[in-house]
Amino acid sequence: MQLKNFSISCKINGRTYEENIAPDRTLIEFLRGLGFLSVKQGCDTSNCGLCTVWLDGTPVLSCSMLAARANGRAITTIEGVQEEATAFAGFMAAQGADQCGFCSPGLVMNILAMERELDDPTPEDIKHYLAGNLCRCTGYASQMRAIEAYLAAKTAKTAAATTAAPAAPAEGGA
Amino acid sequence: MFELKEFIAAQSLDQADELLHRDKKNVILGGLLWMRMGTRQFNTGIDLSGLGLHRITDLGDHIEIGAMTPLRQLEISRLLADNFGPVLRDAVCHIVGVQFRNLATVGGSVFSRFSFSDVITALLVLDTRVHLFRGGQIPLADFLETSPGRDILVKLTIPKQDVDTAYVCQRKSAADFPILAAALARTGSAWKIAVGARPSRATLAPKTAGLLSETPDKTQIDAAGNEILRELTFGGNGQGSREYREHLARVLVKRGIQKICS
Repeated sequence: MQLKNFSISCKINGRTYEENIAPDRTLIEFLRGLGFLSVKQGCDTSNCGLCTVWLDGTPVLSCSMLAARANGRAITTIEGVQEEATAFAGFMAAQGADQCGFCSPGLVMNILAMERELDDPTPEDIKHYLAGNLCRCTGYASQMRAIEAYLAAKTAKTAAATTAAPAAPAEGGA
Repeated sequence: MFELKEFIAAQSLDQADELLHRDKKNVILGGLLWMRMGTRQFNTGIDLSGLGLHRITDLGDHIEIGAMTPLRQLEISRLLADNFGPVLRDAVCHIVGVQFRNLATVGGSVFSRFSFSDVITALLVLDTRVHLFRGGQIPLADFLETSPGRDILVKLTIPKQDVDTAYVCQRKSAADFPILAAALARTGSAWKIAVGARPSRATLAPKTAGLLSETPDKTQIDAAGNEILRELTFGGNGQGSREYREHLARVLVKRGIQKICS
């Protein structure tokens, strides 16, 4: 049987890409081929979580998904959430949590996904959500401190904004 | 790395079936987590993602789980937790990570009849039925006895039941394969016990379950712990020896019973 390429159209970080790809190309190969080099592969067994990107906002392993399945869908890599990623990186640096940094993009993508999915997670909830993100330099303790500090700072900021701002008048109106 | 020569997003189950039977080297794609680690060469990979098979639906007297439902949905579904207790959540929550479970499908796990499958172990105690495109519907326990054929797993159905459940397992690390796993369910005074990763495929243990009353005393629980070793066979592999699994089986079955009764 002849190899038949697959035409894919998808959004990556808000921009539309139309490409002709091999049918068995994985999403990570596709993304790195387009220059999204933040997406890393740290294992060959769908185990390390380094390749985490979002598919329509849901965190997935880009090493284990066919790029063809992203047809018509929206992919987000860390390049697409730079502001939030930078904010979180400050908390990581403050705890000395970054060592080689190779696992950071995947970890950050999963932390930001967790923040959207879970309300007020306990340390156990956080560990459960991030169990699929491996780091071979650290013992995770510094990351946990950074994550808890980051989430606490966000909660404090939201609380301050709610208290400080007077009730906004309804927009538009009848 | 496995290879595909063509990718087709099926527009209907009829089309998927036609493609599957056109060529022995065509294949239905599940979540791809397992397949991509192999080295097999396929011709057409048939994708069922666009057929609405990723939903968990309340159909009155039973609940339907589409074959493409990700394992993560089994973990967080309120509908499943309200009707079947914690057994499905606790079976899948240890599988690698959230990102993995967002891709791995329940249909892929069941159709592949993985012997290490947490999902199959849990589904066995809930009277799950497997719906095949050609083969019609068949109880999961019977399906597991058949060899993988050329068919499409479309969905699973589970009858609603007033059931208490528990899932217990032993793993070397939190997100690893189970060395041994047990699922338990109690409806009135009727118990169901399934043990998986023995390391052969999960199976029900009706004789052991039959020793238990609605609220078993210590004698009954100890008897069940002994009976499980007579009723089922255990073996050794890289994850653990036969002796270790037998020890675990006795402990996990007793622990599961106590969990339901507590």
